[in-house]
Amino acid sequence: MTGPTTAHTPGRSLRPARTARHPRTPHPSTHLDVDALLDDPATRVVVCCGSGGVGKTTTAAALALRAAERGRSVAVLTIDPARRLAQALGLAELDNTPRTVAGVDTSAGGRLDAMMLDMKRTFDEIVQAHATPAKAEQILANPFYQALSSSFAGTQEYMAMEKLGQLHELTDASGAPRWDLVVVDTPPSRSALDFLDAPARLGSFLDGRFVRLLTAPAKVGGRAYLKVVSGGIGLASSMLTKVLGTALLTDVQTLVAALDTTFGGFRERADRTYALLQRGGTAFLVVAAPERDPLREAGYFVDRLRADDMPLAGVVVNRVVRSLAPEVEAPTAAAAVGHLEDADEDPHTDAVVAGLLRLQARTVATADRHAQITERFADRHPQVPVASVGLTARDVHDLEGLRGIGADLAAAGTAPGGRRATG
Amino acid sequence: MSTPATGLDPGVRLHVVTGKGGTGKTTVAAALALALASRGRKVLLVEVEGRGDIATAFDVSPLGEAEELVLRVSGGGEVWGLSVDAKAALIEYLRLFYRLGAAGGVLERLGAIDFATTIAPGVRDVLLIGKVYEAVGRTSGERYVYDDVVLDAPPTGRVGRFLDVNREVADLAKVGPIRHQADSITALLRSPATVIHLVTLLEEMPVQETVEAAAELSVGPEGRTTSIGLVVVNQAREPMFDEPAAAALVDGGVGPAEVAATLGRLGLPADPGTVAGLLRQGRDHVDRLDLEDGQLAALETIGAPVVVLPHLLDPSGSGSIRELAQELADQARFPDR
Ligand SMILES: Nc1ncnc2c1ncn2[C@@H]1O[C@H](COP(=O)(O)OP(=O)(O)OP(=O)(O)O)[C@@H](O)[C@H]1O
Ligand SMILES: Nc1ncnc2c1ncn2[C@@H]1O[C@H](COP(=O)(O)OP(=O)(O)O)[C@@H](O)[C@H]1O
Ligand SMILES: [Mg+2]
Ligand SMILES: [Mg+2]
Repeated sequence: MTGPTTAHTPGRSLRPARTARHPRTPHPSTHLDVDALLDDPATRVVVCCGSGGVGKTTTAAALALRAAERGRSVAVLTIDPARRLAQALGLAELDNTPRTVAGVDTSAGGRLDAMMLDMKRTFDEIVQAHATPAKAEQILANPFYQALSSSFAGTQEYMAMEKLGQLHELTDASGAPRWDLVVVDTPPSRSALDFLDAPARLGSFLDGRFVRLLTAPAKVGGRAYLKVVSGGIGLASSMLTKVLGTALLTDVQTLVAALDTTFGGFRERADRTYALLQRGGTAFLVVAAPERDPLREAGYFVDRLRADDMPLAGVVVNRVVRSLAPEVEAPTAAAAVGHLEDADEDPHTDAVVAGLLRLQARTVATADRHAQITERFADRHPQVPVASVGLTARDVHDLEGLRGIGADLAAAGTAPGGRRATG
Repeated sequence: MSTPATGLDPGVRLHVVTGKGGTGKTTVAAALALALASRGRKVLLVEVEGRGDIATAFDVSPLGEAEELVLRVSGGGEVWGLSVDAKAALIEYLRLFYRLGAAGGVLERLGAIDFATTIAPGVRDVLLIGKVYEAVGRTSGERYVYDDVVLDAPPTGRVGRFLDVNREVADLAKVGPIRHQADSITALLRSPATVIHLVTLLEEMPVQETVEAAAELSVGPEGRTTSIGLVVVNQAREPMFDEPAAAALVDGGVGPAEVAATLGRLGLPADPGTVAGLLRQGRDHVDRLDLEDGQLAALETIGAPVVVLPHLLDPSGSGSIRELAQELADQARFPDR
């Protein structure tokens, strides 16, 4: 790993060096320098992850747009974007391939292509690309394949990784990468960890020992074989038949056998993409809400990325409330509301100002709490760069809104609550 | 039976709480359980995603495999908690129906239990909801063990399939205990004893999902329906201005000069930056509320009673579930035990 990326990837190998440079002072949370990350040609993949509803899709789109307008050639892979955001990105056409986004400022030489993940289609395409037409047809028609490719827990995560791998590897006629930056959104999982775990889980499941044992009879020639296998397998097999029914089991066996002979194991495939994520050119951004539980979950995710040697770029705390009039403190505002209610010099104006001050008291209280929660997170994870994004007045669903989010993300050192951070 | 607009039918015993991810399903399910317990009822709160969210919501140590008392309310009501695990449920199920005994351990080691609960999401769901079904129907002597069961269900995107157990197992065994159980579960879900509560924020995406979910959930396959109980608007902003003040703010009737003068009179900072900041904040707030009104109107088309819960300043604070439970109780009439 070379170049400025290292500054954003406190991976295992870097930690000793950092400790040596800052022997005692626990470094206060560093600020996430978004523009340096986006401008660095060594950054080839940005993954936005986090639990549901925190703003992953919005952040991914905002980062992609900002990178494109700063001159990079970017593809953004979104998953289930809000309808109006999808429209703004021109995602009406669902052909599972990135399309150029209109309205992007390309004067710096960049461009933005966007797509929305179609997981079933992505799965179908892998099958079609790796199997003979006859075999592919057989697989696609398998009832269990249909369930697997459209509604299986983990398939969406798996396909997001698969698509990311494809986009990353695509080249143009001259052999150069088609995009020099791919930004990916992740599925609305139960937990942020699902994105890391689901593909391998699904892969090892379809590839695993148990499926092989079950599949063996079908391959070797049916029932006769079953008699000689160990009692445990026999028991398992009969239990599964009772619970799952014979039809499903047969479908699974046929599918696994077909997939197995046509292209390398599922697991291998998942492992390959996983390895791509571990490379230096990838940057993970964990998006979180400024609340205790979501940030705690973000903390688990950060630890997990570390443990897996995944290059963590930082944490984005989204929807942070900030006061636009930081001079007026909460208790002062609340006390003044009381005075206004007693006076009646100009009831009309007083009613408006009382409302403004009530709102200010509430806003500052929330802003302080958000700042406190964010700081506590930073204290616990001193090496993790943090950026925050303010709660906007309206939903974010056009390029202008995304530009605003991007600018906010990149704003240097603005800690929640409006204070300047050091570092 | 006709009920008041915001009342809950006294016959309801299973409350399914769903909504878009992160809107507050768990929080509302916990508040609902507490509100019911406050009427002296014994309530079981169930989670099915194995995240330990019930324990977090009530700030108690993680739940084990069995049902546990989470909270006792003055007046005799109780909230019990259960985190259902599909694998444990399958082993229990096999024990019950196939007298599996110790072989459960062998199956587990071979990966068969994992396999069965992963390979067929339908089986998994039937097992999870099967536990709920069992708890709803469990009796001791003449009466039900739990007066109410509140289910913190999967989010709207997945809940339709989760509840449609019959379709889920349609391709599986055509006879036998799983099939039979699926039929009984479906009967319960479509009976007047079950309602689905939809939790949403007053934002475009969650509202859209809620309206779509209401349409999907209330029209079952053979035309039979599960009824929508409450539409719960969560985290609603509190309006800070009455109508004339809001109008004056938006049309500029009260502007920087007036505001600066009043702030000065109060001895508060009145520099142009502060005045502009306060005004901008006020207008954004009015703007948001307008947007929220539009979303509220969309929710009203569902035709179910709408209750509105406030955005709490500190949602992880200890009193927050209590506060929301009180709000629910104030807005929706809950039957006594
Ligand atoms: N009325 C409220 N006021 C303020 N914050 C709230 C309120 N209700 C919920 N929250 C906060 O919103 C976040 C999401 O709530 P919760 O976990 O209940 O949602 P959920 O729908 O169960 O999420 P998931 O889909 O992840 O299960 C939590 O941080 C919670 O504390
Ligand atoms: N900083 C922000 N301020 C206001 N609204 C936001 C902000 N970030 C996201 N949103 C809104 O929150 C909703 C959820 O965001 P989204 O990016 O779709 O979340 P996720 O992809 O994590 O589920 C969208 O309606 C979006 O417009
Ligand atoms: Mg999203
Ligand atoms: Mg929840």
